[in-house]
Amino acid sequence: MSLHIVWFVLVGVLFGGYAVLDGFDLGIGALHLFTSSDEERRLMINSIGPVWDGNEVWLVTGGGALFAAFPEAYATVFSGFYIPFMLFLLALIFRAVAIEFRSKQPAHWWRRMWDIGFAAGSVLAALLLGVAMGNIAYGVPLDSNFVFNGTLQHLVHPYTLLTGITTLALFTMHGSIYGVLKTEGELHEKLRGWVKNAIIFFILMYVITTIYTLLYVPHMASLIKTHPILFIVPIITILAIANVPREYYYNRDFRAFLSSCVAVLSLLALFGLGVFPNMVFSQPNPEHSLTIYNAASSPRTLKIMLIIALIGMPLVIAYTSSIYYIFRGKVTLSESSY
Amino acid sequence: MDVLFLSRLQFALTIGFHYIFPPMSIGLGVLLVLMEGMYLKTDKRLYHEMTKFWVKIFGLIFAIGVASGIVMEFEFGTNWAVYSRYVGDVFGSALAAEGVFAFFLESGFLAILLFGWDKVSKRMHFLATVLVAFGAHFSAIWIVVANSWQQTPAGFHIVGSGMDARAEITNFWAMVFNPSSMDRLWHVLMGAWQAGAWLVISVSAYYLIRKKYATFAKASIKIALSLAIAASLLQLVSGHSSAIGVSKNQPSKLAAMEAHFEESAPAPMYLFGWVNDKRQAVQFGVKIPGMLSWLVTGDPKANITGLHAFPPSDRPPVNIVFQSYHLMVAIGMLLILLSLLGIYYWWRGSLFEKRWLLWIFVFAVLGPQLANQLGWFTAEVGRQPWIVFNQLRTSQALSEAVTHNMVLGSIIMFSIIYILLFVLFLYLLNEKIQKGPEAIEEETAETPRRA
Repeated sequence: MSLHIVWFVLVGVLFGGYAVLDGFDLGIGALHLFTSSDEERRLMINSIGPVWDGNEVWLVTGGGALFAAFPEAYATVFSGFYIPFMLFLLALIFRAVAIEFRSKQPAHWWRRMWDIGFAAGSVLAALLLGVAMGNIAYGVPLDSNFVFNGTLQHLVHPYTLLTGITTLALFTMHGSIYGVLKTEGELHEKLRGWVKNAIIFFILMYVITTIYTLLYVPHMASLIKTHPILFIVPIITILAIANVPREYYYNRDFRAFLSSCVAVLSLLALFGLGVFPNMVFSQPNPEHSLTIYNAASSPRTLKIMLIIALIGMPLVIAYTSSIYYIFRGKVTLSESSY
Repeated sequence: MDVLFLSRLQFALTIGFHYIFPPMSIGLGVLLVLMEGMYLKTDKRLYHEMTKFWVKIFGLIFAIGVASGIVMEFEFGTNWAVYSRYVGDVFGSALAAEGVFAFFLESGFLAILLFGWDKVSKRMHFLATVLVAFGAHFSAIWIVVANSWQQTPAGFHIVGSGMDARAEITNFWAMVFNPSSMDRLWHVLMGAWQAGAWLVISVSAYYLIRKKYATFAKASIKIALSLAIAASLLQLVSGHSSAIGVSKNQPSKLAAMEAHFEESAPAPMYLFGWVNDKRQAVQFGVKIPGMLSWLVTGDPKANITGLHAFPPSDRPPVNIVFQSYHLMVAIGMLLILLSLLGIYYWWRGSLFEKRWLLWIFVFAVLGPQLANQLGWFTAEVGRQPWIVFNQLRTSQALSEAVTHNMVLGSIIMFSIIYILLFVLFLYLLNEKIQKGPEAIEEETAETPRRA
């Protein structure tokens, strides 16, 4: 495997970590307003309380790795998607601040305001992530210098909206199962009810998106077409997705959550296989596409960063898991809670 | 207003706002280690409550630091795409190291700091505090390394030409230890320690004036004052060493800092003054002749390269750099004086009765904040017109795909959010301060020692 492929995979792993971890945070946020009492809302927020911040670091590090390994792609995507990105930042800031500030005042209007901020920020962030992914898959107009030369209309169209809503549906399902895992009593039962709807909603969107992709964005399937061994990835995806309602039916919440994690990761892997070897697909001029080769840093930098990653990532995984272990079990409200 | 000006304005606004918070987390991180270390050593409830109180403040500061920090990371790509392409190979590895080594450490263990009091042992909690403080310092290391590379690029070569030119790493360690990175890192960290120390001193002085939580406040102020005096004196050393570095590596910046125009002549040091750009001279100034020459070379008659040695298109704006630099130095000196006064009266045993000094302490929290901001103004405006010194001009580093209205829109968005955030921050900080720490009985109170 060349260094370029290694880094394509590693950036994918970082974004995968983000999707699995912050995915359920965003999902909890998307469901937040469906709860009814202040206590329930506090439980929702505190279920992600100690971890959401660390989860967001996966995005920051993923962005950093993209900058370092594929600066051309980083520059093109972030400057080209300027307005959606600014909205995304707005959403993330509002979410973070809402979690932090909500608990600081007991007044009804105060908490209501931050509840809306938390929910709206989460929904918007999930949607925009999906829209961005949709654009990378569908292709965006790039000129011969790999600079985005389209407008906002090139970024927001039926396919990207579809991927946006599918991402929101995926995270909502993922978050609802996480919520079931972390809560007990009345809220637990409520969340169990929502899981069912969230699964149906997601599977519906997933099927529509898949059909749409195969019909209108066929290049997303080309690598799997030429390398039949890779067909294992869509099979894993479908098995994982199908296993979620099965485990849910048998009340095996943790296994349902694991299946949901696998579904998120394998969907991202499928996306990676679809775009490979492109980083940013150029449409209508495919010859202007940014690939993992023409967007990459020098082999020396890729090698240095690989050393950094090999030293750092085991540490990151070790303490991320120990923190999840320390905060395992059902969430309870205490003096230091949000 | 053109896109260049707007993009620079947006970067200045967002980084200026962001930089209010990380220095306080770094400095407060050190203090938390000291406080909780005292708790572990003495087992006194006082230090337990002290740590708990400042951890809450730390959490608030950290949260806004993270929220405003995410913006910074993506802003390189959104507004400075050409720059990102140019520096990605060099800058990127530092940024990636920061994410992997610093951010995960910081945010992961912060969870234990904030929510883990009942979940882990005392020692484990202390370990988490130490790791968070380490993480905060690591993040400063990598970002200062990256920024220093922009000031004094090293360990790279240029590949391609024209619009396709970009810097590629040839020597990683030469990039990390570029000529200015250690001086500047030290300078940034000492500024951060002072920001944390003066926050604690200010709040404690306020309690003493209000005659509330006296035991808590006295103990806090002693710990923080010790850090403040150490950091402010070390800052003097690092500032001096930075200035010598600037004189070697960025003579145009040094010339702007002291408004030294002559092509090559012995240079005075101004205590204050106003730079008249048209006449290219300092007005209303008071200067010490030969002082700059003496400070950077050891010889008051040594010639210092002045602004006239550079074509006008390669000179930074002089007055902004001059004023920022002089104000920063003045504040730095004032902070040394204040720490010395504090230590002196502490030694005399009358610090806590000196109400006039305590009042000054309350407002002194603004000192390091201002000095830190002004220091970055000096460093970054003094680097102009270059974004990477002598390699890439700021005016050529913009995103091609971004228009005037987009940037104007995002500036308005950030301004509104940041004003809102800042008001909320002050409101919540004030509320935490008013609520105060858990009441502690007088000195005799100790929690029973565990066998």
